[in-house]
Amino acid sequence: MIGAAVWRGPEAAVLTVGAVLVALLAFGIFVAFTGLDPFAVYKVLYLGAFGSRFSIETTLTLAAPIMLTALCVVIPARAGLLIIGGEGALVLGGLGSVLAGVALNGAPASLATPLILLAGAAAGAIWIAIPAALRQFRGVNETISTLLFNYIAIALLNHLVSGPIRDYGQPLKPTSWPIPSAFMIGTIPGLSVHWGLVYGVAACLVAFVVLRQTTFGFALSILGGNLRAAQMAGLPVAALALTAAALGGAAAGLAGAVEVVAVHGAASISLVVGYGYAGILVAFVARQNPLAVVLAALLVGGISASGGLLQRRFGMPDAASTVLEGCIFLAVLGSNSLYGRLRFLQSRSAEVK
Amino acid sequence: MSEPSQVEAARVPLVEVVGMTKRFGALLALNGVSVRLEPGSFHAILGENGAGKSTLVKCIMGYYRPDAGRLLLDGVQHDIYNPRQALAHGLGLVYQHFTLVPNMTAAENLVLGQTHASPTIDWANERARIESFQRNMPFHVDLDARVTSLAAGEKQKLEILKQLYLGHRVMILDEPTSVLTPSEADQVLGMLRDLTKAGRLSVVLITHKFREVRAFAEDVTVLRGGRLVGAGKVAELNDADLAGLMFGRETVFASADRTATKPGKAALEVRSVTTLNDKAMTACDALSLTVREGEILGVAGVAGNGQRELVEVLAGQRGIEAGEVRVAGVHYDRSRKQMRRYGVHLLTEEPLQNSCVRGMSVAENLSFRNFDDGANVQLGCFVRRSVLRRHARTLIQRYDIRTPTPDARLDTLSGGNVQRTVLARELSGTVSVLIAQNPCVGLDFSATSEIHSQIITARNRGAAILLFSEDLDELLELADRIVVMSEGHIVYETPRAAADVETIGLYMAGHRSEREDLWASNA
Repeated sequence: MIGAAVWRGPEAAVLTVGAVLVALLAFGIFVAFTGLDPFAVYKVLYLGAFGSRFSIETTLTLAAPIMLTALCVVIPARAGLLIIGGEGALVLGGLGSVLAGVALNGAPASLATPLILLAGAAAGAIWIAIPAALRQFRGVNETISTLLFNYIAIALLNHLVSGPIRDYGQPLKPTSWPIPSAFMIGTIPGLSVHWGLVYGVAACLVAFVVLRQTTFGFALSILGGNLRAAQMAGLPVAALALTAAALGGAAAGLAGAVEVVAVHGAASISLVVGYGYAGILVAFVARQNPLAVVLAALLVGGISASGGLLQRRFGMPDAASTVLEGCIFLAVLGSNSLYGRLRFLQSRSAEVK
Repeated sequence: MSEPSQVEAARVPLVEVVGMTKRFGALLALNGVSVRLEPGSFHAILGENGAGKSTLVKCIMGYYRPDAGRLLLDGVQHDIYNPRQALAHGLGLVYQHFTLVPNMTAAENLVLGQTHASPTIDWANERARIESFQRNMPFHVDLDARVTSLAAGEKQKLEILKQLYLGHRVMILDEPTSVLTPSEADQVLGMLRDLTKAGRLSVVLITHKFREVRAFAEDVTVLRGGRLVGAGKVAELNDADLAGLMFGRETVFASADRTATKPGKAALEVRSVTTLNDKAMTACDALSLTVREGEILGVAGVAGNGQRELVEVLAGQRGIEAGEVRVAGVHYDRSRKQMRRYGVHLLTEEPLQNSCVRGMSVAENLSFRNFDDGANVQLGCFVRRSVLRRHARTLIQRYDIRTPTPDARLDTLSGGNVQRTVLARELSGTVSVLIAQNPCVGLDFSATSEIHSQIITARNRGAAILLFSEDLDELLELADRIVVMSEGHIVYETPRAAADVETIGLYMAGHRSEREDLWASNA
């Protein structure tokens, strides 16, 4: 499944764009059945996502954590692991950053903030390394276990914020202790978008270079491509798989930490808004390519950003944007079966025996 | 024999296969083979892997369309185009692996094999039919037991019962005992022989085990290289005759310019290694062997006797239960560091499954051994792809790999070129220890002789070579010393000069004088 979804040059780009167009067509039909004009809906969708400075800023803000949670799928996928635990790793990252923030109270912000982000990344890394270790040493299916780990993470969050680390000054909604406001990070100059966007894009660029250009990335490709070949080459299979999973978890953990230090200031159920699942969607739309993740995250962020506007303008249910995301996901997965089938996409060299 | 038993409606027909021929491209897999199966006879078809046994079965059963040849049932010619027609004529096939549904009971499995006209199943009625059917059988299976809870021998009995229940009176068994213990095998085959003796069944047993042929079959047909090389009454042939027919007598001892080296120190030692197969059964049982520098040790054996598992142990693809592997006198942990330090290389069979990544390019696949090595790396961690590609171009030329560019995906290459890619990767470095497993399967004559000369050259340079091969001729040509592997043990060893095909063949076929009595007392 993962093997079929990796990036393969121009053919992948054409297929992905084609799949997104097919999904838009399908969603248009769905919209028409609800009695609305699909073109008007798409126009509003565009305006809500990219039509104004405000909507672009919203899109960018929503896209930032999704880039990071998508890496939680992309990096382990290179080692052959299908991890869908980004949601849980994000929650753990948020919790880790809150605990670090509270513990560092009084420290200078220039020191504390990086440490808080690091704590969040570390929490996420450990969280995803556990199912990877279960897979490596006990044969537990990592996809199922990371899915279940999401529920455990959310239960842990609910438990902690409604008792052990609850801020009783917030009576309406169980919320954790706040981190000192001095540790909060602000917005990128000239934009009302927080620094998380920079982290997200930077992480994607770094992931791209690491996966493509380093010996570590090369070794991961061998492992993900064929475990037996990796064993025969004497590669440290367990260490590679665990490292890849931990790096992915670190990215999602960082997303949680950024949500805390840039948006909420504390951990609460507000962390659980589906960024982890959106990351899965983005990773597959991007066909596990970290650079394409940036673009796909903007697309999904834009769809989410315009969800409210669609609701207000057309009275569409708020699940409508989820339906569109689902259409895209299915179309992209379905398009994998067309690899090598479309004659005009085949490079001539690939056909020579 | 002319009068079938009253309980069964179907008669056992006379089956004649005449001049069956099947060609796959340039390969003549089956060359004019004829077999006559009298009603109620027990007929063994004996041959090595690749002798054409399975091809013959598949032609009879309608899985393949033969290029020439006829199938006659009671003297009437039948064209069988698909397996369903074969079943309709009462021909049943039992495979070496089970085709039962594991989570269903024995009774459910019997019913499920039938082609039901009605959409509902009258269980009471079916149950009564099965019970009355089973009363007439010489062996019984607990009908309410789930298949998962049955032992391998019970499952095989159930497979046979299923064929009988479906009304098949000619049963072809394709190496049915490979998953059974010897006593289970004896039990199952003994029951089949009883059924044939009673005239209720004809049996064709596909096998490479002499013991089974001798103990159960009346007639035997020997295939080699797709040809019928011998046939007759089992009672009139001895084991040496059968081995001679099966493995061939006229072997050429052609040596590819080997220099007379004195074997040096022990380079690769397997010390009492025990390992399990995928079904967690013992594959290698405290197996030991030693390969010295400048020596080719050939391992002969019929596939499935632990060779694959041993190769996987040496390749780092399988765990070791007990024992130790040593290379150059030290414990070998199968890590990349040691592979490089001691120059351990492997040529495994099925390279796309075992040693390559389909989705990576030819250049990348050529660099699995050295992508993280010296000149290929800059700034400590970045792969210099341009250097890898240049290196790949050299190898592609030297080993004549037919690929449009070094960047083509490996799985766009033909099988032979994939094999050459692995060969180039594994033999181009410093080779001190080489483990080769059927390195020439599927290659044409010139590629084969090239690989052979590469192996000899490596040996002449002082490399220790462990060569697993199912092709005895290849072993006799290349090896300095030959051992025979059977059921996870080394059962025989001989220097090449004293090697005798018939003796090796006997040991390959499971002949083991000291164990034969043990089996007899168990049965």
